[in-house]
Amino acid sequence: MAPERPDPDRLLAEVQAEEAAQRRGHLRIYFGASAGVGKTFAMLTAARQLRDTGTEVVAGVVETHGRRETEALLAGIEILPPRTVSVNGRSMTEFDLDAALARQPSLLLVDELAHTNLPGSRHGKRWQDVEELLAAGIDVYTTLNVQHLESLNDVVGGITGIRVWETVPDSFFDTADEVIVVDLPADELLARLAAGKVYLPEQIEHAAKNFFRRGNLMALRELALRRTADRIEEDVQAYRVKRAIAPVWKTEASLLCGVGPRPGGEAVIRNAARLASQLGVDWLAVYVETPRLQRLPASAREGILRTLKLAQDMGARTAVLSGTDPAAVLVDYARSHNCAKVVLGRPRARPWLRILPSLISRVGALAQDLDVVAVGQVESAQPAAPPTTAEAPDDARERNGRRLRAYGWTALAVAAVGLLATPLLPHFDLANIVMMFLLVVVLVGVRLGRGPAVLASFLSVAVFDFFFVPPRFSFAVSDVQYLLTFAVMLAVALVIGNLTAGLRYQARIASTREDRSRAVSEFARELSSLLETDRVVEVATRFIEAQFHGRATILVPDDQDRLDASALAGFEGAEEGTARWVLDNAQPAGLGTDTLAGSRCLYLPLRAPMRNRGVLILKPRYKHLLLAPEQKRQLETFAYLTAISLERVHYVEVAQQALLRMESERLRNSLLAALSHDLRTPLASLVGIAESLMQSQPPLSAPQQESAQQLAAQSQRLASLVENLLEMARIETGGTTLRRKWLPIEEVIGSAIKSARPALGNRPIEVSIGRDTPLVEIDAVLIERVLYNLLENAGKYTPHGTRVRIDAEPEGSSLRVAISDRGPGVSKGQEEAIFEKFTRGVARESNTPGVGLGLAIARAIVEAHGGRIFVDPAPDGGASFVFTLPLGTPPSGPDEAEAGSSAQRTRGTAQ
Amino acid sequence: MTAPLQTALIIEDDAPIRRFVRMTLEADRWNVVESATLQQGLIDAGTQKPDVVILDLGLPDGDGVDLLRDLRGWSTVPVIVLSARADEQDKIAALDAGADDYLTKPFSTGELLARIRANVRRAGTSLRLEARTFRFGDVEIDLEARIVRKGQADVHLSPTEYRLLAFLVGNAGKVLTHRQILQHVWGPGHLDRDHYVRIHMSHLRQKLEADPAQPQHLLTETAVGYRLVEDAAESK
Repeated sequence: MAPERPDPDRLLAEVQAEEAAQRRGHLRIYFGASAGVGKTFAMLTAARQLRDTGTEVVAGVVETHGRRETEALLAGIEILPPRTVSVNGRSMTEFDLDAALARQPSLLLVDELAHTNLPGSRHGKRWQDVEELLAAGIDVYTTLNVQHLESLNDVVGGITGIRVWETVPDSFFDTADEVIVVDLPADELLARLAAGKVYLPEQIEHAAKNFFRRGNLMALRELALRRTADRIEEDVQAYRVKRAIAPVWKTEASLLCGVGPRPGGEAVIRNAARLASQLGVDWLAVYVETPRLQRLPASAREGILRTLKLAQDMGARTAVLSGTDPAAVLVDYARSHNCAKVVLGRPRARPWLRILPSLISRVGALAQDLDVVAVGQVESAQPAAPPTTAEAPDDARERNGRRLRAYGWTALAVAAVGLLATPLLPHFDLANIVMMFLLVVVLVGVRLGRGPAVLASFLSVAVFDFFFVPPRFSFAVSDVQYLLTFAVMLAVALVIGNLTAGLRYQARIASTREDRSRAVSEFARELSSLLETDRVVEVATRFIEAQFHGRATILVPDDQDRLDASALAGFEGAEEGTARWVLDNAQPAGLGTDTLAGSRCLYLPLRAPMRNRGVLILKPRYKHLLLAPEQKRQLETFAYLTAISLERVHYVEVAQQALLRMESERLRNSLLAALSHDLRTPLASLVGIAESLMQSQPPLSAPQQESAQQLAAQSQRLASLVENLLEMARIETGGTTLRRKWLPIEEVIGSAIKSARPALGNRPIEVSIGRDTPLVEIDAVLIERVLYNLLENAGKYTPHGTRVRIDAEPEGSSLRVAISDRGPGVSKGQEEAIFEKFTRGVARESNTPGVGLGLAIARAIVEAHGGRIFVDPAPDGGASFVFTLPLGTPPSGPDEAEAGSSAQRTRGTAQ
Repeated sequence: MTAPLQTALIIEDDAPIRRFVRMTLEADRWNVVESATLQQGLIDAGTQKPDVVILDLGLPDGDGVDLLRDLRGWSTVPVIVLSARADEQDKIAALDAGADDYLTKPFSTGELLARIRANVRRAGTSLRLEARTFRFGDVEIDLEARIVRKGQADVHLSPTEYRLLAFLVGNAGKVLTHRQILQHVWGPGHLDRDHYVRIHMSHLRQKLEADPAQPQHLLTETAVGYRLVEDAAESK
């Protein structure tokens, strides 16, 4: 039944994952509740055992903290020397990733997975180093404490009151092949602590006293065990799915997490990630940008984008949405992305605002069918934000200038209306005069936005009151009814201002989106017509520089896969080494990524379907531009389009070269065919005439007969010489295309013996072909030629009547064919030389015909097949010429019953 | 043996070759007609009623393969192709177009005569090939009862092997291309599976040949196809 079958796509993914896993190193994590439980000890014990069974174990980093028992375990294990880094004049040591990659041990021990690398290292975190080691096929053992796990980081912080900065993403933890829990009951750990067996760095000794409380330790232990239990359950689930024991598919419902501007968003994200992984669903994180949020200071917006980046790191798909009503936007998005659950942060309790519905209740009201999960936000445990990239000052200055000008214009407009209205005062009622002020408020709102509109309304009220409302030239108001006029005017101004500002915002968003998609389509169109790599690079660079306001360059490797470093000359901050790394690893690096985040440039690999086509280096003028997911996606789209174009251009070049090669090959072949025709035709006549002369009636006299025989023999010799020369010419000019077919080797051996029979005379030939010799994919004509040449050679150099043996049998991944004779053998030192052109066996130089092309041809043919040819002394004297042919996977034969018929005897007669 | 004064037509543009082929055939009691062009050759093939045609593929006024196609429209006369081209594709094209056999220049006169004899004999006997039994070496095939014997013992063949053998027997002496065999034995849907033929041929040799690696009857025409010869001497 259909639902019982494993999903084929998932199976394919499984197979691909398994393939990748075979190439990838094996990761084992020793996981513990806290420091001091004995993770390093357990890791070293296991490593020692492996080393004793002969595995090559190297210690990359092992922190023994001066403990004797641990150090004793390390004895005898090769230790990779650390790299010395100078930071602020102090020299410090760090794990040497490149040395580990160069050393290529089977197993590498890397303690403290959550460690943060010193500045200037390739990766920011040690777990990224481990990732690269695994990708290089090196097995890694490492250690990790529960509080360093990203999704549990804040939970642990909540329990212990201590937050750590060094975290490892759960996604990486989950890719570990094995997780081994190193467990120690809280009391025992405390006892060890009391006995001084646990190392504590001095600077945290004070904090640690609070940390190592019994309650804390028990809670941590529970967390570690539960996290491991979750992992085991995932394993079980994956197993069940793979074996189709019981399909447990949910519909692809996912979880939507809303990120807000308030601090504490990280906690919401971590909660959502944990929830999603427990439910086993995908999750999305979105930020709804409303006009109000748009006006937040740049640093706050950057904070939000950083929160989104965290979500992305934890496995979410992220997006920035825009709209005026966050609840409606969230509900729409949840519906269109099939999210059944929405996770939101619970707002702080603000009793005086209880009348206004919160976002949570509004989402709930809009969509009754959605589950809304409210998550508490812990603000106190919020760690200090990492150093942010300051906004470019000129950008801020420019924006401020624009804002000031808008307010200036507003003041001018209100003043102008005041002047204009003054002469009208005697003729019009005040109620009508106020309309003019209302008009200017509306116009300012439409043209200049909300802030100026509010200013306009206040100014208008002030001017109206001061200049028009009696008593004039005073802010005193004689009639109470004007207070109503002021209030209405203010309200109208605010409403209109808000409304128009919202509209302007929407319009701007729409036009930005349109700009983006237009840019993509223009870019694609422009690229599609290009036919040269240089032009693609030039156009792409121009577009990307214009779109992302910065300097860009594209490095394309040449045929030998080298990058042209000279293209980077004058490009400040770009490094060739980084570009090389990006090209080789197909991973982005630099600004805003996990690798070399300190760089001022962003390096993106140009990934095309077949391979990496180059590296895009972008140095943006405003770094924050690259933080927005939309911008980043746009840049990735540009990079992908460029990569596709480069690949297309590459294949155009390949096709042109192939065409050229085909053309020259055709020319060469037709030339050779003409030559061979013109040489063979007269030779054919010569041979034929000589032979018919021998048989002419009446019979020739004896001397005449002998002359005729000589004529025939010499012309035959000439013919075979021409044959060899033509063959050599064909091979030399590279004109031999192999017509490979799958066939049994005995077929070629049989026909070669038949053609070589005249040359072999009365020498008996013994053929032995190993049973189960599979089909080989060879050019039958050429391999027959090899065998013929070798047999003919045996015929030339061995005494009459001696035996010649042919042995063929599979040997490893190739077929070995040996032609052994009982002749004089090949003299020492000549084994290589005899395969050279125009070289002949030294023995009996004079009376053996031929110019020494036979073996050279044989070698060229065998090598074209990917095999080897050489000469060995034969077991019973003489020479043994051996050649090998690679074995492949033969195509499936005719159906089983038919193919197996030789073994399956059924009836006496065939049907 | 060869009946006196059978007619052979040589279509060949090279005069010395025409001359020695004529000398050879006349010594073997053949009536020889020579044509130097494709046009003349076609006319002679129609008017002279030859018993065998010896055709050079590279003619000045056209390709011999075209002549073959034309000729096969109205005649079944055995055609032996002479080719200076070593390229097997040309031979296969000629055989698929209806040639019976081929020789690559330079060839010996003995070989030419042997091929002519084998093909003319087969053309003569094919009419009465309701013959019940066929022999080569110590193998006897009873085409009616579908029994194959080697020496005294029955040989057990699979249905496909038997079909393959029967097709070879029906065209004994003639070169059959892989394509022709696949088309006939497996049907038109399997034309790209040369290795089927090779595997079955290897089985047949193991069952019927004395030394499968040095076959005497089920011969390989390298890269072109196979040929069944009744008399081991003729394979030379």
